[in-house]
Amino acid sequence: MAPAALNKTKGSKLQKPPPKKKPKNDIFTEKHLKEDDILDDSGSSDEEVEDQEEFDIDEQGSASGSDILSDGDDTFTDDFLQGNDDEEKVSSSDSGKDSGSDSGSDSDSRSDSDESDIEKKSRALDERKAREEKDAEEEMRLNIAEEHDEFRLPTKEELEDEAHRPPDLPNIQRRIREIVRVLSNFKDLKQEGTRRKDYIEQFKMDLCSYYGYNDFLIGVFVEMFPVNELIELVEAFEKPRPICLRTNTLKTRRRDLADVLLNRGVNLDPLSKWSKLQSASSFLPVMALAPQEKERIVDMAAAPGGKTTYIAALMKNSGIIYANEMKVPRLKSLTANLHRMGVTNTIVCNYDGRELTKVLGHNAVDRVLLDAPCSGTGVISKDESVKTFKSFEEIQKCAHLQKQLILAAIDMVDASSKSGGYIVYSTCSMMVAENEAVINYALKMRDVKLVPCGLDFGRPGFIRFREHRFHPSLEKTRRFYPHVNNMDGFFVAKLKKMSNSIPTVAPSEPLESVEQASVPNESNREKKIAEPLKKTGAMKKGGGLINGVSDNRNVESPSPAENRKKRKFPSREEISKVREEKRRALREGKKKTARKSGTKE
Amino acid sequence: MRPLDETETDAVFRKLHSFTGHNLKNIVENPSHEGPEPNPGRYCFRLHKNKVYYVSESLVKRATNISRKNLASLGTCIGKFTHGGSFHLTIQALNLLAANAKHKVWLKPTSEMSFLYGNHVLKGGLGRITDSISKNDGVVVFSMSDVPLGFGSAARSTQDCRKLDPNGIVVHHQADIGEYLRMEDEL
Repeated sequence: MAPAALNKTKGSKLQKPPPKKKPKNDIFTEKHLKEDDILDDSGSSDEEVEDQEEFDIDEQGSASGSDILSDGDDTFTDDFLQGNDDEEKVSSSDSGKDSGSDSGSDSDSRSDSDESDIEKKSRALDERKAREEKDAEEEMRLNIAEEHDEFRLPTKEELEDEAHRPPDLPNIQRRIREIVRVLSNFKDLKQEGTRRKDYIEQFKMDLCSYYGYNDFLIGVFVEMFPVNELIELVEAFEKPRPICLRTNTLKTRRRDLADVLLNRGVNLDPLSKWSKLQSASSFLPVMALAPQEKERIVDMAAAPGGKTTYIAALMKNSGIIYANEMKVPRLKSLTANLHRMGVTNTIVCNYDGRELTKVLGHNAVDRVLLDAPCSGTGVISKDESVKTFKSFEEIQKCAHLQKQLILAAIDMVDASSKSGGYIVYSTCSMMVAENEAVINYALKMRDVKLVPCGLDFGRPGFIRFREHRFHPSLEKTRRFYPHVNNMDGFFVAKLKKMSNSIPTVAPSEPLESVEQASVPNESNREKKIAEPLKKTGAMKKGGGLINGVSDNRNVESPSPAENRKKRKFPSREEISKVREEKRRALREGKKKTARKSGTKE
Repeated sequence: MRPLDETETDAVFRKLHSFTGHNLKNIVENPSHEGPEPNPGRYCFRLHKNKVYYVSESLVKRATNISRKNLASLGTCIGKFTHGGSFHLTIQALNLLAANAKHKVWLKPTSEMSFLYGNHVLKGGLGRITDSISKNDGVVVFSMSDVPLGFGSAARSTQDCRKLDPNGIVVHHQADIGEYLRMEDEL
């Protein structure tokens, strides 16, 4: 044990890389995670190490733990020594007790052939030690069963320490992975006295700091995906999606284009799934739209023109396309692209999408493509600012605008058109509020029906999500994710207009006004909650905002429910009245019979 | 948006004629496939905010209810009128011109890029050239694979070109498709 004690210093100093190099030593690394943190940050100063050890012992509560730790370290110090010159110097200055380690450090200075002999010797020693270790491990397992495989959540003081120091990325990443592991097998692996929620909170914070998201977005993603997928999703967002090209069939053929590009040295893989067409997420809605020749089509948010030109190509320049774009600066790129691609059947106009029905008239066109302006949460790989700048209010604003736009789009379509009557709604966002909620709204407000998009991949949309319940036909919508489909996050829905009449459900107008009213209410509430929270610390704000969000949602759902109740009030009241009368009648009948029987008796 | 008046029509046609010659008839009378009606209508020219557009009639009808302020483009823009009143063809007219061009020039692959950057065509870069080009004719520039690259005006006649030294200018550059990238804002 003496060598072990002496080697403590060396062992803990050199503990830095071993956890990374030797996965089988997970047990030790997890327990001594905090130790690693401080070691990593501060290099190897003796004072820290000593503090560390004390800390360690306190946590463990048993000296045996630390002994075994250093034993384990010895095994790795040898291998480590052979690999790394720097550490070798440190160790050689300190140690000298262990023959194995000495030989290890010496061997590095000799030639390779000599090294191998001595390596073998030291390896034999290592193996012996490893065996001893394993026995010790198993003992420990039996003894300290709970603490064993466990990953310990950092305590508040530790977190504060971390907050003061510059972010320690490898440590955070390790912690993220550990939490994922724990959450996947929660019963067995959880730390005593902590709840799942704590793990998730820590997880969210780590994700925020490691990947650079703001709390709101991470909160939303955590709700939408299981933890493992979430990691994949976030990783996928870090990488750019492959750029896809579409050949302008009006001007050339796919093969010619491929030849030219290859000559210039561009790496090209033909996307084989659709033999004629190359898909990336922005082409999917057009494929879903399937415009026919000689139709009248409206593209409501057309800039910079990728989809519009595609529509024109599919239509072979027949028919008419109305390309509308609200923002003037984007108009230029739209017109330039249209001309460059040789599109001749297009009228470009600059309206707010909601005004288009006035201009073009109701029931005037065959198909409408609405690629709605959205929060862009699906294209984080292209625009990293989305990670930090999106908040609940923005999502709600977007959702509100999208609802209005989709109604305008539906009104423009002529249900009785021979070949058409379709609306395709798409966004490059993954938020439920912008996708399924908007479609649900459209289904209620107009006489439309969801039809299959014609895209055979992608996940069906959510039918229920947290407290929302959507129309079951929403499974015909499609969601695309970067980590599943290797394209940007996307949502597509195809609606068919059944008739031109607007269903005269009296609640329709109050519903709209209620929703509009609730939106500013929510934003007010959100502000009120946010302001006091700004004063508290960063971590708490994150937690508070997330709570605020969930509160808002909870508050929101009862109020429309109440309103629904109010609106259906007359009919429900009538029904209940009728029922009550029936009950009364029954009761009276029973009483009568009772009386009769009573009197009889 | 309004139809062109006499002088304007004159100017436009003259420019077009220098490129297309007799084929001008084709341009004007081309049956259009655009528009939802089964009968092909005809194309016409319209002036909107100093730009001349070549659109089919059915498109024009549909566009009338879009107010002047909000209309950005119709069909194909073929050129602009300057403040001084002269008409210049822009690159967007290329498709139209290329289909009906009388005078053509083909460039060698090596000098394609130079032309696309806005330089004039030199004798050394010339691959093929149609006969009967006279000075100051409109010429459409193609690559060897028959991809239209742009257009310009001939600096000298075909005969003279044959005698020219390799660094002499054959075609003065007027517009090329590289402008879509270089001068996006000005289009």
